[in-house]
Amino acid sequence: MRWGEIIKRLVLVPPTLFGVAVIVFVLLRVVPGDPIAMMIPPGASEADITRLRALYGLDQPILQQFATWLGQVASGDLGRSISVRQGVLDLLLARLPATIELALLATVIAVVLGVLVALAGILLRGRRAEWAVDGGVGALLAIPDFLWALILLLLFGVLIPWLPISGRVDPQIDIDLRSNFYLLESLLTGRFDTASALLHHMFLPALALALPFAALVARILKASLADAEDQDYAQIARARGYSRPAILLHEVFPNALIPTVALGGVQLTLLLGGTVLVERIFSYEGIGNMAIDAVINRDFPLIQGLVLTFAVLFIALNLAVDLVVALLDPRLRHG
Amino acid sequence: MNATLTVEGLKVAIGAANVLRGVSLEVQPGEVRGLVGESGAGKSMLGRAVLGLLPANATITSGQIAFEGRDLLAMTETERRGLLGRRIALIPQDPMTSLNPVKRIGAQIGNLLRHHLGLPKRAALTRAAELLTEVAIREPERVLALYPHEISGGMRQRVLIAMAFACDPALVIADEPTTALDVTVQRQVLQLVERLRLRHGSAILFVTHDLGVVAKICRSMSVLHAGRVLEEGETADVLVRPRHAYTRALLAATPRADRPADALRPVPPALIEQLWSEAHRLDRAGEARPA
Ligand SMILES: Nc1ncnc2c1ncn2[C@@H]1O[C@H](COP(=O)(O)OP(=O)(O)O)[C@@H](O)[C@H]1O
Ligand SMILES: [Mg+2]
Repeated sequence: MRWGEIIKRLVLVPPTLFGVAVIVFVLLRVVPGDPIAMMIPPGASEADITRLRALYGLDQPILQQFATWLGQVASGDLGRSISVRQGVLDLLLARLPATIELALLATVIAVVLGVLVALAGILLRGRRAEWAVDGGVGALLAIPDFLWALILLLLFGVLIPWLPISGRVDPQIDIDLRSNFYLLESLLTGRFDTASALLHHMFLPALALALPFAALVARILKASLADAEDQDYAQIARARGYSRPAILLHEVFPNALIPTVALGGVQLTLLLGGTVLVERIFSYEGIGNMAIDAVINRDFPLIQGLVLTFAVLFIALNLAVDLVVALLDPRLRHG
Repeated sequence: MNATLTVEGLKVAIGAANVLRGVSLEVQPGEVRGLVGESGAGKSMLGRAVLGLLPANATITSGQIAFEGRDLLAMTETERRGLLGRRIALIPQDPMTSLNPVKRIGAQIGNLLRHHLGLPKRAALTRAAELLTEVAIREPERVLALYPHEISGGMRQRVLIAMAFACDPALVIADEPTTALDVTVQRQVLQLVERLRLRHGSAILFVTHDLGVVAKICRSMSVLHAGRVLEEGETADVLVRPRHAYTRALLAATPRADRPADALRPVPPALIEQLWSEAHRLDRAGEARPA
C-alpha cells in the first residue's frame, strides 16, 4: 500500500466516525425507552421526571442534544454515564485494556491452533485423514463463540472445576499495577504470579472466542496452502529437488499467508464483537460486558461512547490488516 | 557410455485414460532431442514422468526411465531429489507463473545454489549475478533485488533458464520454453538455450509443437501422438524424408521461409481419427493380454 492510500484511508476516518455517531445517536432516541425511565423509583412524580430529563439535557431537541454532545466529543469529553455516574472516557479507559488483552490472547490461541490444524491438513493432503481434519474444522465453524462459552463454563467451571469462571482476577489478590493492561504489564515487569492468576481467569473466555476463529483460520489457510501448492512455482520447486515440507514452508506458506491475513484479519472484528456475550457469560470486566449493562440501563452517553470505541477498533483493525497484507505481498507494496 | 536419458516402453494412465502408451526414446550426452506433437499428445506428461512430477492421480503402469544408466523409478525419494535441479533440470513453459511471486529473484536463485552446491549466502548471490550475466541480463545485481512482477516475461524466462543451467545439469527438460513468449523474444531465448547448453555441456529434451524450432536446434527428434512415438531419428533425415504420414502432415502444416504461407495445410482430421482408433486398438490389445 502506498503512502497516498494510507493517507486517503486516514482522511476517511473522521467522516466514518461521524456517520456512526449520527446513526447511534438517532437510533437511541427513536427506539422506545430512555435512561430516566430506568433510573427512577416506582411512583416518582411527573415533576421529578421532568427535572431529571432536564438535568441530563434530554428535554432538548435531538439536533440540539447532538450538537452539544459532538462539541464535547470534539474536545475529548465523552460525557458522563447516567447509570454509573462516572466520566464515560474514564470508564472506557478502565475497561478497554481488559477487552484488548482478552481479544489478543484469543487471537494468539486461535492463530496457533488454526495454523497447526491447517499444516496438519495440508500434510495429510490426498489421504483419508484429510477429510477428518476438514470435517472437524467445519464442525468447529458451526459452533458460535457464546455457545463455546457456555459449554466451557459447564465443562471446566462446573463439571470439572479446574479454572475460575468469573471475573478478571481474584478479588483477594492485590493488584499493584500502574496501567490497566494487567496481563501485559505483569508479563513485562516479570510478575509471573499475577500473570498466571490473570491467565487462569482469561483462559476459558479467550478459548471460547478463539475456537470459531481458529476454525476459520484453519479453513482459509488450508485452502490457501492447497491452492498455492498447485501453482506452477511450487510444482517446479519439486523439480529442483526440494522436499515437500521445505516447499510448503518456504515457497507455499509465504504465499498462502496473504489471503489468510486478508480474509481472516477482517474477521477479527467478529471476534471483537464476540467479547460482548462472552465477557458477560464469564463476568469479565471488559467493555463488552459493560455494553450490555449500558444497553439495559439505556445509558445513552455510555452506549454512544462504547459504539464509537468499537468503531475506532474496527477501523484500526481493517487498516492494520491492509498494511500487513501489503507488507506480505510485494505486488501490492510498490503499487 | 550410457545414454543421458533412456525411456523404455513407458505407459502412464490417469484414471482409466491412457496418456502415454509405451513411449521409448533416448537422449545422448550433449544431444538436443526434439519431442514434437500436437497439444495433448503427452509431451508434458513424459517430461513430468522423468522429473517425478506426475499428477497425484497418474500412475506409471509399465516401462522404465533411466538417467545415466540409473533407474529413476527404482530410486529412493532422497536419491532422486539429489539429482533433480542439479543433474536433471527443467525449463518450464510459462515464465509468468513459474517464479515465486513473493520472493526476490536473488533469493530464488540463491536458494537453489545453496541447496545443491552448498554455497554460502554471499557466494550464492555472487554466483547468481554471474548466471544472470550469462543469460544476457544487464545490471544483474539490481535484478537480483527485484520481485518477479517487476521484470518482463522474457526476462523471467531468462532467469528460469539461468536457474536450469545453474548446477551444470547433464539433462535439461525444456517444456515449450518459448510458447508463451512473443516471436522476437522467442528467437533470443532459443539462441540463449543453445549457448548455455554448449557452455554447461548439457543434453536437452526439447518439447515443442513447432517443427520450425526443432529444425533450428535439435539434432534428433521424436514425433509423439496420443502417447505414442510415431517416428524418430536424426532431425535432418526425418524432416527431409518423413516416413510416417503424420509427420508429413505436420510438415505440411508448418510455415517455412521457402514457401508461401497459403501453401499451409492443416493436419487432415481423417488422419487424426485413424491414429486415435489405432491408439484405442492398442489399449484393448494391452487389456486382453494377461498382466
Ligand atoms: N491432471 C490431469 N488429469 C487428467 N488428465 C490430464 C491431466 N493433465 C493432462 N492430462 C491429459 O493427458 C494428456 C497429455 O497431456 P500433456 O502431456 O499435457 O499434453 P501436451 O503434449 O500438450 O504437453 C492430454 O490428453 C490431457 O488431457
Ligand atoms: Mg504441454
